[in-house]
Formats: sequence, structure tokens, C-alpha cells
Amino acid sequence: MHRRLSILAAALALAGAAHAATPSEQLAGYTAAAKTAADPARGQKLFTTTGTKEWSCSSCHGSTPTGTGKHASTGKAIQPLAPAANAERFADPAKTEKWFRRNCNDVLGRECSAGEKADVLAWLMTLKP
Amino acid sequence: MKNKLPLLAALALAALAQAPAHAGDHGRSVALLPMYVQECGSCHAPFPPGLLPAESWQRLMNDLPRHFGTDASVDAATQKALNVWLTAYAGSGKRARTAPPEDRITRGDWFVREHREVPAAAWKRASIKSAANCSACHEGAAQGMYDEHSIRIPR
Repeated sequence: MHRRLSILAAALALAGAAHAATPSEQLAGYTAAAKTAADPARGQKLFTTTGTKEWSCSSCHGSTPTGTGKHASTGKAIQPLAPAANAERFADPAKTEKWFRRNCNDVLGRECSAGEKADVLAWLMTLKP
Repeated sequence: MKNKLPLLAALALAALAQAPAHAGDHGRSVALLPMYVQECGSCHAPFPPGLLPAESWQRLMNDLPRHFGTDASVDAATQKALNVWLTAYAGSGKRARTAPPEDRITRGDWFVREHREVPAAAWKRASIKSAANCSACHEGAAQGMYDEHSIRIPR
């Protein structure tokens, strides 16, 4: 029983280990790494343009991601991506990085640069539900 | 010790989550590991682990960067924890006796047989789109519930 409790304690400690950060703070981080100002218009273009593969970001998130998207392959509903429409988005930098890594790879066949991430996030932050 | 913590955490959560496991009309259903729902349930329904044999889950978990044409990569600790849980609850009976083609649940004999009454045209509806879109018809799919009384095939 004692062992089970200590495992549970470890689990709970880990669950609380995610570092929260606001979308603005994450945008500031990407902008600093890119050493250039973010451009929302460039972010929108990147988001809605088909990359080197079959998809664009919009293929799953929709061209106006304040609404619910739909996964291009499985059809599963995808909750809104714009932070103003969904408070869970861009709340955890590790999660943000994980999805940029996966999805840029799916669309562009490579990781996105800090500047590209800054542009996309800057555009998403302009969207209001 | 450091590397083992996430694994222990996953197992602890799994132990907690197992409590409501119960028998449905299609056999025993397993409460879903929260990490599994979070990591795998964003792009598709969190499929019940019993629908694939362990060898299929292990192949899938070892190739997440190339997961049916998409990058579904996770960090090493998460991958290991998911692999442990999926292997522990992998299917062995009539639903998953052998690995289906391409390790796709939807191509297994059991899946095809269970869905034989669904007309071919229904699968193609925009509201369904894919046989992997369990939630389109199974209202409890996000929680791993697939009983026959909560099926609603959309027009």
C-alpha cells in the first residue's frame, strides 16, 4: 500500500510539472529566437498554403481556426486552435513545441523555424471567435 | 531513477484507471490510460487496446514518426509507457488473434464482421469520412465505450 501511494505521489508530481506560459510569452520567446518581428500576414499564408506534402495546416484546423477543424485523414473533430477560442491552446510550451514538430513535418517535411512559429502564433492571436 | 518516473507515473495512473473496467456486450472493455487519450486521441479516437494484438502495437509504437503517413512522434519516456500499457491490454481473443493488414484495426476480420451491416456508401459520407472516425457513430468512443445502444449513424 505504501509503495502504491509513493507511485501515486510521483504521478501527481509529474502531472503538475508542466510549465504554463501564456501565448504572448511563447510568442516573445519565438520572436527573440528568430531575432526579427513576427508578421501575422506571413503566418496566415504559411498556415493556409499547401506545403511540400499534400496538406496545409488548414487541412485539419480549417482556414479560420476559431472554429472546429476536422482531421484530414481520420475525420476526427479537432477543437479550435486560436487561443481566444480555446484556452487550452498555447498554454504549455512543451505541448506547443511537440505539435509544431509533428505538424510542420507533416506539411513541410521539416521542422519550422522560430520565425515561422512566431508568424503563425502571431496570426492565431489576432483571431477572435 | 529519473528515467523510470514517467513510466511509474503511467502505471500508477493505469492502476487507478482500471477500476471501472467492466464487461460490455462485446467483451471486457478497459478504462483508458489518460496519457494514451492525450497522446493518441488528438488525431483519432483512442482505440481500445484489445483490438490489436501486442505485436501490432509494438510495431506501431516503434515507428511513430511514420504513423500512417503522419509524424506522431512522442518523447522516449512516453513511448515506453504507452508501449507497456498497450502491450498489457493488447487483444488475444477473437478480436485480435492475428495482426491485421498494415496493423490497421479497420482491416481486421473482427472489425469487418462487426460492421458488415453498415452500407458501403455510409462510410463515404462527409460526416463519417473514415472507418477510423469511431466517434462519428459511436457516441462514447472518446471514453472507449462502444456498446450497441449508443450507435447513431449520421446522415
